[in-house]
Amino acid sequence: MVPIAYYLVLSGILFSIGVAAFLIKRNIITVFMSIELMLNAVNLTFVAFSRYWSQAQYRLNPTNYLQVNGQIFVFFVMVVAAAEAAVGLAIIIAIFRARNTLNVDQIDLMKL
Amino acid sequence: METGFLTFFLINLAKVIVVVVITLMSVAYTVLLERKLVGRIQNRWGPSRVGPFGLLQPLVDGAKLFLKEDLMPEAVYRPLYILAPMIALSCALMSVAVVPFGADVKWHGVDLFQIADLNIGLLIILGITSIGVYGIALSGWSSNNKYSLLGSLRASAQVISYELALGLSLVGVVMRAGSLRLRDIVGVQAPHGLLSWNFFGGFQFVAFFIYLMAAYAETNRSPFDLPEAESELTAGYHTEYSSMKFAMFFMAEYANMITVGCVATLLFFGGWTSPFGNLLPTFGGIFVQSLLPVFWFVAKVFAFLFLYVWVRGTLPRFRYDQLMGFGWRFLMPLAIANIVVTGLWMGLRLPMQ
Amino acid sequence: MHLALFIIFGGLCVAGALNLLLQRHPINSALSLIVVMSSLAVLYLLLGAEFLAAAQVIVYSGAIMVLFTFVIMLLNAGKEERTHGSKMAYVAGFPGAAILLSLLTYIFLSHRAAFDQAGLDDKFVTGTSALSAVLFSHLLLPFEVTSVLILIAILGAVALARKEH
Repeated sequence: MVPIAYYLVLSGILFSIGVAAFLIKRNIITVFMSIELMLNAVNLTFVAFSRYWSQAQYRLNPTNYLQVNGQIFVFFVMVVAAAEAAVGLAIIIAIFRARNTLNVDQIDLMKL
Repeated sequence: METGFLTFFLINLAKVIVVVVITLMSVAYTVLLERKLVGRIQNRWGPSRVGPFGLLQPLVDGAKLFLKEDLMPEAVYRPLYILAPMIALSCALMSVAVVPFGADVKWHGVDLFQIADLNIGLLIILGITSIGVYGIALSGWSSNNKYSLLGSLRASAQVISYELALGLSLVGVVMRAGSLRLRDIVGVQAPHGLLSWNFFGGFQFVAFFIYLMAAYAETNRSPFDLPEAESELTAGYHTEYSSMKFAMFFMAEYANMITVGCVATLLFFGGWTSPFGNLLPTFGGIFVQSLLPVFWFVAKVFAFLFLYVWVRGTLPRFRYDQLMGFGWRFLMPLAIANIVVTGLWMGLRLPMQ
Repeated sequence: MHLALFIIFGGLCVAGALNLLLQRHPINSALSLIVVMSSLAVLYLLLGAEFLAAAQVIVYSGAIMVLFTFVIMLLNAGKEERTHGSKMAYVAGFPGAAILLSLLTYIFLSHRAAFDQAGLDDKFVTGTSALSAVLFSHLLLPFEVTSVLILIAILGAVALARKEH
């Protein structure tokens, strides 16, 4: 039996590691991957809360208690993250073709 | 009745060992089946010198592969070079964990003929296929060789394109069964023998052919084996691999074939149910009744392996752009059309609510 | 037993995330992120969300990360150079993230009794039919809109990544 708070703390840790990676790393693809890490941390929070709400509802009404709203949200976050990853990577490829580098410090000005 | 944890653990461990050993031996003998069948199609004997009818050939092949020199080129990226064949082989073997081989017979509360009875069994098989792409992609990149990289990128693009058609073709079956659990899907096909199988009575024959073609492309087998054929791109993504690691790729390919055969029989041909349904009287004791479904299952999987090798010996290879065009522009729309038609059929058949 | 599984896979998640942070070559970061996502799928299974666990493996580990791996392999991104970003990121970013993390951890752990315990109960396993009952009845419009969104994303990605002639 694991307290649900532990899942929330784990997701907080993953989110902060994602923020740290976003700030430290200098390769644009790694920065993009840290964004995906942050999204996954948030997904874990949603699923943990969906479980918590189901358990709370079970105490009120033992016949109809499953709460799936958190999981529906995770479903939509996954879909949007997939779309965003596809477009973001296409943009990265276009940037690489123009500037021939993947280092964020060398592509931070609009004009060379 | 609650089974103790130790009983549960030991029986499952025994099941896992038996299934893995049988699968690996089947892989070895599938190689022999292929060589003999392709030989007969080409009007020659296959291997026939080692043992009667060449039956000891796989053992000798295994010994040869073990004893070959295990080269590791200097400029490869070592961690991924060693990891890639392991990913390929373990994904090929993991799919067998959710496949039910026989009827629901429980011993001490543990299901004897299926290792893991999950509610989402079919999605697990799709997920493991998705992870198997990494074996191909990482092997080509870590070999530090332009031809390997190109071959592996082509092969992985082929695999992920046909994964779509594969997944979509299975939706019709899931709609008919109302569940993703493999035992439920077989259970829907049990009532009337041959007529209630998904291929015949479930009208999923289009889905079956889509599944078959997508599975041939997923396992990189003829006629879709451009990325790994010896005369193309200097053997593609396993150019730089020798002896044991090459053997792992090889075993992974044949284990994937066996998995495809298992899934096709479960989903379209009634799994372990006999084609006679309830026409024959039940005979024999509990032993025969438990093992008879396993016999039907193995017979059907063998028929699929036969079909695989038959197609390999008969059809010429697709060119890469023909292959990709076929997957995206023909199979995927056809699979979606199959879903729509199956949905309409089910909606019109059931009483309106 | 549940606690052991949580510690193993939670530890794998954190180890993978730290590895993403500490590795120099992007391909290693991508592989650690795959480990994180697969461990998260196991954690979803522990919380009873079985469809989401399968979807996490199929969509995230098996498709999105394959896309990342392809891009890293094709662009041949080598090892990172050590250039420094803006000072503001280090001055305000890390302390801010650290403060936020400690605040959240303190609040969650001090109220952990109110959040209940989650075990390996069969009653709380949400099957696929529960999700689809909501998704295809109340949320049909967002569902169709997301499919249009994916279509637009595909068109955009193809248009952006095409070679100019």
